[in-house]
Amino acid sequence: MFDLDLWREIFQSINMNRTRSLLSGFTVAFAILLFAILFGIANGLQNTFQEAFGTDANNSIIIYPGRTTKANKGLQVGRRIQFKNEDREFIKDTYGDKVQFITSKVNKSVTASFKGEKNDYQLRGIYPEFMFIENNVVKEGRYINQNDINNKAKVVVIGKKVEEELFFKETAIGKYINLSGIQYKVVGVFTDDEGDSEESIIYIPISTIQRVYGNNDLVDFMHLTFNPEMSSAQALAFGMSLENKLKERFDVASSDQRAIRIRNMAQGTQKVDMMTASLSVIILVIGFGTLIAGIVGISNIMIFIVKERTKEIGIRKALGASPRSIVSIILIESIIITAIAGYVGLLVGMGVLELATPVLKDYFIKDPGVSNSLVAGATITLIIAGAIAGYLPAKKASQIKPIVALRDD
Amino acid sequence: MLEIRQLHKSYPIGDSSLHVLKGIDLSVKEGEMVAIMGSSGSGKSTLLNIIGMLDEADQGDYILDGLPIKNLTEKKAAIYRNKFLGFIFQSFNLINYKSALENVALPLYYQGMKRKERLELAMFHLEKVGLADWAKHLPKELSGGQKQRVAIARALAADPKLLLADEPTGALDTKTSHEIMEFIQHLNDEGKTILMVTHEEDIAAMCKRNVRLRDGIIIEDKMVEQVRAQLYV
Repeated sequence: MFDLDLWREIFQSINMNRTRSLLSGFTVAFAILLFAILFGIANGLQNTFQEAFGTDANNSIIIYPGRTTKANKGLQVGRRIQFKNEDREFIKDTYGDKVQFITSKVNKSVTASFKGEKNDYQLRGIYPEFMFIENNVVKEGRYINQNDINNKAKVVVIGKKVEEELFFKETAIGKYINLSGIQYKVVGVFTDDEGDSEESIIYIPISTIQRVYGNNDLVDFMHLTFNPEMSSAQALAFGMSLENKLKERFDVASSDQRAIRIRNMAQGTQKVDMMTASLSVIILVIGFGTLIAGIVGISNIMIFIVKERTKEIGIRKALGASPRSIVSIILIESIIITAIAGYVGLLVGMGVLELATPVLKDYFIKDPGVSNSLVAGATITLIIAGAIAGYLPAKKASQIKPIVALRDD
Repeated sequence: MLEIRQLHKSYPIGDSSLHVLKGIDLSVKEGEMVAIMGSSGSGKSTLLNIIGMLDEADQGDYILDGLPIKNLTEKKAAIYRNKFLGFIFQSFNLINYKSALENVALPLYYQGMKRKERLELAMFHLEKVGLADWAKHLPKELSGGQKQRVAIARALAADPKLLLADEPTGALDTKTSHEIMEFIQHLNDEGKTILMVTHEEDIAAMCKRNVRLRDGIIIEDKMVEQVRAQLYV
């Protein structure tokens, strides 16, 4: 039911008492302003955390071999653990779809040259799956593919930084790059939003690197991502199991901490999740606290307004206003003031965040912002808040006895 | 029109209570113009408030136009007040942020009349009290006499059966008082039933019937020869 006359009455009353309405709105506007800024900063902190962990798949696990520190099954201390190609197959077969992507890696340092330019880079022998584990984005050309692996093709995919340093303005695709005396065809250029160091890398099919550097099937370490549907607890358990299985496979004592090491991102993710969750709780508590303070403020002023308007309400009642129409007037007035003031606060808060973004970046707060869903949520909250703030005063107003209100004193 | 039998009312004051009305019997016929008189504390305002449904009696019957007024809910009382009664107050009681026209239209708003209709009707009543030119003015821009005339127009707007006036000339000078009284007399001539509380003898003399209260009982109830206010203007 939309009663135009009721709204006319309300806007007339708000308009006639502009200062009063403004003052009562101020508390709420301020509360929402604070809330928006706090929320934005918290968001920014969260973004920073996320960035710190990069866009590397945060479900990744890296397995490093080392030397044994404990004698086991008649084997000596100090034995070096060496992974081979078959270990990748072993993990794939053992864990099935718990493993999303898996690659073995062989790392070398090389001097790369093209025409007169020369520089040292890391060369990584990998499987095509590595693209998804590392979240590399192909900028031009293609990534290493299975054909390259099968054919031990002499092809490389270079980082954007490598292209910039060796090829200047030229396009690198199709050119031959010299790595420690052997020519490789550049088939792709990739980017990685983790920055320069991750873009100063040259990828090569693992089969090629194994052939060229020693003609063996040895592997430096393995890198995998677990099924992202696993909870962090499941992921941690998976990491433990993986470690135990590999220790068994390589006859390593289960208490040996150095022979096979596993770096499970789930550990970090869990911590970050906990931290951001507690941050959200703190922000919500502060936000609600300020909002409640705002509601109390509005409520107070509305009570004062009712007191001030006692006579007017008495007159209205004498002229035939029903208690309900009195309640509507006060309640809707309160809701309107709260909602408008709240929105102003929200807009100002968003504006402040927008302006402060470049400054805040220096304080580890990235892209602070307020989401659309929050704005929608805030709208509903504000209307409810206005209703709560107006309820008591409205109730009080409806109970005013005209005879008391009209007494001449 | 109006029938009151054995009406009692007392107000609690601390532990004891003050017995204000001690058995009032009053009957008013249509078209009468009655002045309720008495010194302050005699209970005349309380009686008017009960008649105006702004207050409720403790005991006794009050029948207005055949309707028993008893145990009304606030909502019902609001509807009855709107339909049956028009109020004129000593201090005018206009809403200060509404124009004269909007003030007059307010009872019609509470009747649920459409805006255009009620503004037209309100304008008609403002014309009747001679203030059509002042329709857009706020109460603070009007003189006392003009304010009271706006209040009368407002009281008449809903076409009530009974007009209740509480010291309608109490805040006005003699000349303006007589103007207002002339107007009220004119309404009575047209057939409106009017009940007025006053403590001024000359104003009471301009009514057709005087009811005198003292200490909560009627001590005198007589018809009087109406003095026309016109003579003084």
